[in-house]
Amino acid sequence: FAGLADVSISEDIPVEGEITIPVGSRSPDEDYSTLDEPVRDTILRDLKAVGKKFVHVMYPKKSSALLRDWDLWGPLVLCVSLALMLQGGSADSKDDGGPQFAEVFVIIWFGAVVITLNSKLLGGTISFFQSLCVLGYCVLPLTVAMLVCRLVLLAGSGTVSFIIRLIVVVAMFGWSTLASTAFLADSQPPNRKALVVYPIFLFYFVISWMILTFTPQ
Amino acid sequence: IASLVMYLFAEFDDAANLLAANPDATTISIDEPVEIPKTQHGRLQEPGREEDDELLGTDDSDKTELLAGQKKSAPFWTFEYYQTFFDVDTYQVLDRIKGSVFPVPGKNFVRLYIRSNPDLYGPFWICATLVFTIAVSGNLSNFFIHLGKPTYHYVPEFRKVSIAATTIYAYAWLVPLALWGFLMWRNSKVMNIVSYSFLEIVCVYGYSLFIYIPTAILWIIPQKVVRWVLVMFSLCLSGSVLVMTFWPAVRDDNRRIAVATVGTIVLLHALLAVGCLAYFFDAPEVDFPAPIIPAHNGTTVITKSH
Repeated sequence: FAGLADVSISEDIPVEGEITIPVGSRSPDEDYSTLDEPVRDTILRDLKAVGKKFVHVMYPKKSSALLRDWDLWGPLVLCVSLALMLQGGSADSKDDGGPQFAEVFVIIWFGAVVITLNSKLLGGTISFFQSLCVLGYCVLPLTVAMLVCRLVLLAGSGTVSFIIRLIVVVAMFGWSTLASTAFLADSQPPNRKALVVYPIFLFYFVISWMILTFTPQ
Repeated sequence: IASLVMYLFAEFDDAANLLAANPDATTISIDEPVEIPKTQHGRLQEPGREEDDELLGTDDSDKTELLAGQKKSAPFWTFEYYQTFFDVDTYQVLDRIKGSVFPVPGKNFVRLYIRSNPDLYGPFWICATLVFTIAVSGNLSNFFIHLGKPTYHYVPEFRKVSIAATTIYAYAWLVPLALWGFLMWRNSKVMNIVSYSFLEIVCVYGYSLFIYIPTAILWIIPQKVVRWVLVMFSLCLSGSVLVMTFWPAVRDDNRRIAVATVGTIVLLHALLAVGCLAYFFDAPEVDFPAPIIPAHNGTTVITKSH
């Protein structure tokens, strides 16, 4: 530090300021520090975020919550519950029955990844996880349809129940496709919108087919 | 760092000067090892492709050649490289599908529609749609065939989806690979005027499978005659697209090899159609021998003889 010995602060430049950090004022870091809060608060906050997104899916309008604050908890919960509800179907042999748990999982996640890659390759501007988030959340109407189908099947499995199930599944399929299109279509180049929407249509069609063809033991 | 930049600029200058002096030279760039076969191939074909204009109908083979050379310039490990295979608009995809369903006699599908812009969107999603269409239609058809029987219990047969997927994707990607390898090998022995890149072959195969989608839906109708008529019809349409594409590529070769190649292409295509029909769709009921028996003992429409 030899050179610093020459440096001196001239006396007519005032040096002022406070050295001590005032106690009680909130620095910006404290707003985002969630380490000290009780676990219940953390879980409830995440649950509220997921629930808010569910509401946004059921009433799709242009909201940025789904896109900006993406999370994959909702899709995971929906996927697991849908796969669980699709179990217990009738099968003479393992080969003839409905989809296994792993098959439903793979179809939903692998299908969502492929559709996201497709839209990005076609020049879409949405980010990878945002698109996965939207596609996963828009499975919610179909999960509701599966629940309704299982309840209807408890009452009976004749033609009337089939017609009710058909109407419910078709309506929910339309809802899912429209909801995800509403969120995703804007980020695509305008002359390729149909190329991006068609795989989404196919994806929800396959899920609807799995729901509709579920037959209990 | 500045010196590195100056060095790089000097390199580019040299390369540009050399290229200006000798525009036909093929340049080799170190970071694009995958592109060399394509661009070299393209330049060799240039005089030859002029002669095939009668198949093309318009005169911009030069322009497409230049564009092809300039297009795919990203290295293969970047995302942009794969984006070049999805550089199609909606109307282009629809045009290509239309071209595969209504083949114009004498016009080559690759020249007319692909024009050095092969895309992977069409082949991939047409195959995906075909997989699910065959599985769903097969399931529906079996359901209707066995509907009246008291011992029948509906099963979704979901395992068949994986089988359908494996079969169709293997056909749509491995057969073009084999065909491309075979054509490359023949190309090294006999100088063919027309030759295709691997992606163009995948493209043709993918789009030619489109006709099977409505065919699979119509296969729900449980009449044997109807099904076989549909098989013949769709085989003629998509087979003709393939034949008209690949005949110019082999016609300069030994006659027998050319005919054998085209014959194998059509045969594999037919095997795919017939195999799918046989495996996913149960045979419709045999006609009842006595038509005078009144049809009120639980028989459904399909058992009506005609």
